[in-house]
Amino acid sequence: MLKLFRYLKPFTLQLIILVAMVYLQVAATLALPDYMAKIINVGIVGKDSHYIWVNGGWMLLIALGGTAAMVVVGYFAAKIATGFAKNIREKLFAKVESFSLAEFNSFSTASLITRSTNDIQQIQTVMVMILRLALMAPITGIWAIYKAYNVAPSMTWIMALAVGVLLAIIGVTFGFALPKFKQLQKLVDKLNLITREILTGLRVIRAFNTEKDEEKKFEKANVDLTAANLYVNRLMVILQPMMMLIMYGASLLIVWTGAHLINTGSLEIGNMIAFMTYASQVIFSFLMISIVFIMVPRASVSGVRVSEVLETKPIILDPKNPVNIKDIKSGLVEFDNVEFSYPGADTPVLSDISFTATPGQTTAFIGSTGSGKSTLINLVPRFYDVTKGTVKIDNVDVRDVNLEDLYSKIGYVPQTAVLFSGTVESNIKYGAPKIDEQEVAKAITIAQAKDFVAGLTEGVRSPIAQGGTNVSGGQKQRLSIARAIARDPEIYIFDDSFSALDFKTDAALREALGKATKDKTVLIVAQRISTIMTADKIIVMDEGKIVGQGTHKELMKSCEVYREIASSQLSEEELSDIDAVPTKELKTEGATI
Amino acid sequence: MSDEKKPEVTTAKPPIGPGGGRGPMGNSPMGMMGVGAKAKNFKGTMKQLLHYIRPYWISIILCLIFAVASTIFAISTPKILGRATNQIVNDYVAQKTYDGVVSQLPKGIVLPKGTTFGQLLPQLPAAAVAQIPADKLDSLKSVDLTNRPQVQFDIIWGIAEELIALYILSAFFSYIQGWIMTNISQKISYQFRKDISTKIGRMPLRYFDKNTHGEVLSRVTNDVDTVSQTLNQSLSQMVTSVTMIIGILIMMLTISYQLTLVSIIILPISFVILGGLVKRSQKFFKMQQDTLGHLNGHIEEMYSGHNVMKVFNGQARSIKRFNDVNGELYDSAWKSQFLSGMMWPLMSFVGNLGFVSVSALGGYLAIKGTINIGDIQAFIQYVNQFNQPIIQTANIANVMQSTAASAERVFEFLEESEEVAESTEPVKLEKVRGEVEFDNVVFGYDADKTIIKHFSAKIKPGMRVAIVGPTGAGKTTMVNLLMRFYDINSGSIKVDGVDIKNFKRADLRRMFGMVLQDTWLFNGTIRQNLAYAHPDATDEDIIKAAKATHVDHFVHSLPGGYDMVLDEEANNISKGEKQLLTIARAMVADAPIMILDEATSSVDTRTEVLIQKAMEKLMEGRTSFVIAHRLSTIKNADLILVMRDGNIVEQGTHKELLKQKGFYASLYNSQFTAPAIEEPELASAKA
Repeated sequence: MLKLFRYLKPFTLQLIILVAMVYLQVAATLALPDYMAKIINVGIVGKDSHYIWVNGGWMLLIALGGTAAMVVVGYFAAKIATGFAKNIREKLFAKVESFSLAEFNSFSTASLITRSTNDIQQIQTVMVMILRLALMAPITGIWAIYKAYNVAPSMTWIMALAVGVLLAIIGVTFGFALPKFKQLQKLVDKLNLITREILTGLRVIRAFNTEKDEEKKFEKANVDLTAANLYVNRLMVILQPMMMLIMYGASLLIVWTGAHLINTGSLEIGNMIAFMTYASQVIFSFLMISIVFIMVPRASVSGVRVSEVLETKPIILDPKNPVNIKDIKSGLVEFDNVEFSYPGADTPVLSDISFTATPGQTTAFIGSTGSGKSTLINLVPRFYDVTKGTVKIDNVDVRDVNLEDLYSKIGYVPQTAVLFSGTVESNIKYGAPKIDEQEVAKAITIAQAKDFVAGLTEGVRSPIAQGGTNVSGGQKQRLSIARAIARDPEIYIFDDSFSALDFKTDAALREALGKATKDKTVLIVAQRISTIMTADKIIVMDEGKIVGQGTHKELMKSCEVYREIASSQLSEEELSDIDAVPTKELKTEGATI
Repeated sequence: MSDEKKPEVTTAKPPIGPGGGRGPMGNSPMGMMGVGAKAKNFKGTMKQLLHYIRPYWISIILCLIFAVASTIFAISTPKILGRATNQIVNDYVAQKTYDGVVSQLPKGIVLPKGTTFGQLLPQLPAAAVAQIPADKLDSLKSVDLTNRPQVQFDIIWGIAEELIALYILSAFFSYIQGWIMTNISQKISYQFRKDISTKIGRMPLRYFDKNTHGEVLSRVTNDVDTVSQTLNQSLSQMVTSVTMIIGILIMMLTISYQLTLVSIIILPISFVILGGLVKRSQKFFKMQQDTLGHLNGHIEEMYSGHNVMKVFNGQARSIKRFNDVNGELYDSAWKSQFLSGMMWPLMSFVGNLGFVSVSALGGYLAIKGTINIGDIQAFIQYVNQFNQPIIQTANIANVMQSTAASAERVFEFLEESEEVAESTEPVKLEKVRGEVEFDNVVFGYDADKTIIKHFSAKIKPGMRVAIVGPTGAGKTTMVNLLMRFYDINSGSIKVDGVDIKNFKRADLRRMFGMVLQDTWLFNGTIRQNLAYAHPDATDEDIIKAAKATHVDHFVHSLPGGYDMVLDEEANNISKGEKQLLTIARAMVADAPIMILDEATSSVDTRTEVLIQKAMEKLMEGRTSFVIAHRLSTIKNADLILVMRDGNIVEQGTHKELLKQKGFYASLYNSQFTAPAIEEPELASAKA
């Protein structure tokens, strides 16, 4: 939280004005009792009604001035707090957008979303409170004690005592409550976790008749949470009566001590009453602080979470001396002895990876889950950087090109199709904002999306909801493919992007795609062997290493891993035209109905 | 519902914690001016809420008594303290009078002992007498001029004792009140949560298929929290505020009706201004919420599509759009903050205005001798205390609204229709053979849209039934019906000749073992997960089942083996391993009928082989329903049910169905001949 305070810097001037205004406001509030003392001492005792009205008028003016100062405080508090939040939000978003997958994964998407939304909102709320209320308390406290000292130096100790006891009580209460607050948060999370578990596993729970067990689990979390809540709340309800007690006690002490002072003639009555008013002002302002205090722990957790993101340095950056993009003419992709490990992992996910993917050819990657094939193609657009070796495009190291330039060479189709809210057209034009209608139409046609787009009420101008929830999985995938085609890039990357398509569409699409990508470099990752059987080059991955390269036929002969995959997916007939037919006993003809 | 699972909402929505949602303290400062959702049926909801509160009525009455007592004690004290001040003032004036008289006496004159001021009064010059407040004159007459009067500390101490007692009692009562109220509100929210939890167990799956988990979760946490917090606040506040307002008014009136009049004349003015302010700030507040919604939408969208955004060079555009919306948000945010914050200067001004008028008018009245200085002091304390309950009362309507809105959402959930009641005379089978019969089954997820139309089939014990169809054809519907997650509209489903409606749900479900595509495992050890259906299963049982399903081997390779704790989302083991575990779990359950979902698309080849073997093992000797994806399973099935658009369109064996040349045949042909790009004519020819 404290680290975030440096983002207040642009508001230095406003803050100074704010503090000055808070001071004025406090001064005005504390000036009123002085006048009242005068009214009593001179006006009432001296029976001077004119004096009373004149001073009453002054009081009115001062009250007005104080209110004006308070309005200004409110104005700047609102401006600073929301501006502060705005700046942090802006910085945070820009930061997250600059992240590579490595940083993204270390936080998780859901957590980043919370940090960018709720957490900042939380900080803003507390910031307003701090600026408006928390600043006032110390100023009031110091100023009132100073004034009290001027009025009756011998009674100042009462004020100091009251403030001391007050601080002690707040301190002790929060000392007990704060750790519990943190624990409370954990218990809430636990309850949420159990509820979520129950909801996601509803079918299984019912199928196994374990509703009662789950209820018991929930019950336990519920009891724990209630107990912690009770503890904290019972503690917190002490505050209010205690504060009142202190305030009343102080008044009484003032009257008692004041009586003695008056008796010896060293204090006037009006001043005693003024003194009491000071005391209640001080105590009230501390009451406000304690309200802010309740919110601080929560906000400071948010603050830490936001700082964490802001302080993360993206690993993948533009090079200092970028190569001119015009030097890259073809989409020749070359991996040279590449090794890659995830940050913090001790064993590499990929090692000794060397191959070339030439323009005009389809290079496919296959292997079991965890074999590293998706990771491998993520290295081309620098979602991650290699830990050893180089990835080159047209003989230029990808790390020597500006990221934006690198991206512009690539048409990427992710595993799970992502569409953005907007229209069909805006999505297709996302990577190529300048293309015309015809080119959009062409991309749609190649991606086999023509029929369904035409079937939409507004054609290419039909709206796409956030997350693309208003189109089916297969349609999403096709639009996502069309988006890549629309860019007309040198390199295509398909990361298992045909899974949601039925076989007919899959085949038709790949045929159309084959024509459209004739002189391009195409990289395909697939689970289904049928998808990649016809590729010019198939690269078989196993445990982070390349265990075979070649065509389907070659690999069937030479590569054990490939044969294993093939036999688990293809029908006997399909396998039979290759010489070596292994492991018949499994009867595992593949394909998905 | 179809095979396609709903997108997991929980990733899209930020986790819900207390105060994260639409609580009254949400975004408005001090929770005073939040727009807060409004309840559709305020009265009805409040009635229901009262029902929840009813068990605590004794506590509540006690609490209210304490609240009232505490308030009365508290508000009586300023006037008593005023008495002390008056005493001081009187003694002070007496002292001054003494000093004045004595100093004016010619030197050397000694007054006879016991001479009072009254006795001397007629001899004093008129100008000197005029200096003395008229109302004090009488009391001063008794001042003994031979003894310098002192402040009478014994009287003041008496008052102080009285006050100390009242202060402590008031604080004590107030604490007790808070304690009781906290207990009540926490117990009520505990009860709410408990009711929601047991309610979840009684509701049909239909509800959860239609509503997102996030929604239910937010009811369990946010809404319950809001209700308990506001309940705590509003109940005791309502009472204390009203008591305070009335009490203070009475106390004020007993001091001076003129001052009271001046003090309350300001109130309506402040209410009007306050009302206007609330209205204005709400406009901006709403704007702020809307913009915030857009901003959050953009954040969610861009973060979840991070890769795509980057590689399509959308970063600059995304940031620009963000900054635009962020600017808009700032604009409405500071305005709403500022306007709602205006309440404080306003209220403080009203307070100060009261203070000023009491000082000035009070001073004037004091000169006229109508009131005492101690009264002015007491009055000032009252005016200071008057604001707080008024703001609170003005706000209580708001608080109640948000209480009602949250409570309503909780009640709505609790009132959702539950599963059809169990049969009153449930049948219990000693031994289940595993014969399943569908007799003229009609079913639709929506009453007006039937998808399964008059389906009949008879499955003999031990038969293997494959359910096939394209994605989205509604294959999980069969699971839903067999397990009675949903009830059929008409016709009947029988197990061993008994309509499944005549079983207890628990007994029926015990007959089925289930392995679903969403491999749900819970946060616990592998052992606990395997023994999920039979918590009392022995280690031997578990290991035997694990061995049979090829789980034993890989469990041993995990850190901790069977005692390894699966984390929240079971992310510390692979997808394939999860699937194997669910198979082993079904094995431990040892049910006579099996329902299996074969989807293994994202599992690596070797694990897939293991899974297949394990499933084979599981189906041995059991009637089994398989949502089939693998050709071998389909070909070997005793009966294939072909589903399309929710309905079962064909049934028979593989050979029979191929002969029919219907939907199955075309499905089969398009599936297994398509893969070659160079031979598209083949694919189209056979399709």
